[in-house]
Amino acid sequence: MAVGSVQGARERAFWVIGSVAIVVYALTPVAWILSLSLKPSGSLTDGRFVPREVTFEHYASIFEEGFFTSALRNSVGIALLATLLAVVLATFAAYAISRLDFPGKRLILSGALAVAMFPPISIVGPLFNMWRSIGLYDTWLGLIIPYMTFTLPLAIWTLAAFFREIPWDLEKAAQVDGATPFQAFRRVIVPLAAPGVFTAAILVFIFAWNDFLFAITLTSTESARTVPASMAFFTGASQFEQPTGSIAAAAVVVTVPIIVMVLVFQRRIVAGLTSGAVKG
Amino acid sequence: MAEITLEHVTKRFPDGTEAVSDVNMEIGEGEFMILVGPSGCGKSTLLNMICGLEDISDGELRFDGEVVNQQSPKDRNIAMVFQNYALYPHLSVRENMAFPLRLAKVDDAEVTRRVEEAARILELSEHLDRKPANLSGGQRQRVAMGRAIVREPVAFLLDEPLSNLDAKLRVQMRTEISRLQNRLRTTTVYVTHDQTEAMTLGDRVAVLRKGKVQQVASPQELYNHPVNLFVAGFIGSPAMNFLPARLEGGQVRLPMGSYPLREEQRSAVGEGDRDVIAGVRPEQLEDAALVGDDDRGSGITFSAAIDVIEWMGSELFAYFGVEGAGATSDHLQEIAGDLETVEMSAGGAEQVVARLDAASTVTRGDTAELWLDTRRVLLFDPDSGERLASSG
Repeated sequence: MAVGSVQGARERAFWVIGSVAIVVYALTPVAWILSLSLKPSGSLTDGRFVPREVTFEHYASIFEEGFFTSALRNSVGIALLATLLAVVLATFAAYAISRLDFPGKRLILSGALAVAMFPPISIVGPLFNMWRSIGLYDTWLGLIIPYMTFTLPLAIWTLAAFFREIPWDLEKAAQVDGATPFQAFRRVIVPLAAPGVFTAAILVFIFAWNDFLFAITLTSTESARTVPASMAFFTGASQFEQPTGSIAAAAVVVTVPIIVMVLVFQRRIVAGLTSGAVKG
Repeated sequence: MAEITLEHVTKRFPDGTEAVSDVNMEIGEGEFMILVGPSGCGKSTLLNMICGLEDISDGELRFDGEVVNQQSPKDRNIAMVFQNYALYPHLSVRENMAFPLRLAKVDDAEVTRRVEEAARILELSEHLDRKPANLSGGQRQRVAMGRAIVREPVAFLLDEPLSNLDAKLRVQMRTEISRLQNRLRTTTVYVTHDQTEAMTLGDRVAVLRKGKVQQVASPQELYNHPVNLFVAGFIGSPAMNFLPARLEGGQVRLPMGSYPLREEQRSAVGEGDRDVIAGVRPEQLEDAALVGDDDRGSGITFSAAIDVIEWMGSELFAYFGVEGAGATSDHLQEIAGDLETVEMSAGGAEQVVARLDAASTVTRGDTAELWLDTRRVLLFDPDSGERLASSG
């Protein structure tokens, strides 16, 4: 018994120390940014972790500048639209892949994977030229399309895995109960695959929200520039001043929606939603 | 309620195998029809064709005279209970049962009324707001039944609804289903591989093997007058014993003795000597000590070395070997292979099982005097497997 508890305590300590180490490692830079954003301009370089004096002047200043507010609006709009479209498309595609037998199924799956592995940097150049000639340059759609392209494969794979887990019989039952195939899909299959849908949504949203490469290449004005790209355009109060405080404040602001998004959807991603459907 | 007619119904898969071939059957209004057979015999495929989940390759399926081959499941107004219940896990019991009504756009008051009535019949009233995950196996089974009955469908189709329950619950649910069907009088087609379920539940039973209907008859008829070796071996537990026999000069020669051929069998077997297979139900064998003198004359008394005794309380199963017994025809061998997946006593072919009265004092290792009632011995053709009889 005594040996057991000593061992238990050791194991506990091991896990606690491990977890703390990872959390500290991951969150220190975030905390540093937060600290910077709260310091008055004069004490930015004092090297203190905890600010001597807390000020919200940087937050106020970034929202005074019109281009940050519009960038925020662009970011939210583009990321949400890309998420919505990608998830809807991926849901249909994944359902077809997991449920129907059609020629070229494997090709589609491996093709999707290949797209996901494609380095984005290799297509931004051509895309830049193409978008300019067809008028998609510096528009929301011009960013939504590449975001969808790069996130669809992952979303399809994730959702297909979830769909495969759903017993076939539920669909047959729905059909016998009088549902059309689409009703069965919408009222039975999609609700059951909800954890998968939300997982896919988070992945797409994070990709679209964080993207810098496409945003900086395919935009030129406030009409479509997103936050990650616009942060490069911050300037200090004078040409001799670094905009460190403003950038830190913007970085904190841009992190908030992601945290909110994950916290909201995390509740939805509950395991075992399908338990009780069929015996087992 | 409807009458279901199957005419030359065939299911052919793209690779050419026939899962169901040329099934003709008429299921009367309000009838309880059982489809039974070993796994892979096509019974579930047949059921899926009736409800529309599988296409019919050939033949006609009619509900009340109307051909429904091309109708999708949702237009056929039939309810199905699946082997694994297939409840919607994200919906409460109430919404599970209401699901078909919601799809049919029945108004809320009516939905509530019907669901609550079904819940009352099935004793689910207290569980209406629970999710399926929080129900026991028997309750889930009842929810599945409830979802079927709220629709007031033309027919119920049940696909091995009891096979996921434990033995005790299965017996209980069996009675419940029987009572429910009596009460609702809805045409019911019930698929099972368990011959006990088939015998206890059905008005009529269709025995299938390899996609072909072997016999459609009442349970009594199947038991007493099976048309062939397969039906004889499949129906009844423990299974019927098959013994090699020879007809010689109007006598049936069994390994344990001979007896004169019965009059009504004589015309069917024809003239001349030939080999046949004799089917003997376990209850046709009895401890000779317990048989009255009046009966002894209508059977054969013989001695047998008892290998195993199974005491069941109300009866006794005695297993013994018989010289020359065992699979004597290709048919028997094939059938034994078919049935292995179901429930055939171990080594069913070599051993003979007798169902003796519990009062019998036979013990293991004994050589016991047994008596065989020859009045009900069935004779089968070893080549075709058909029963030799002048008529049903």
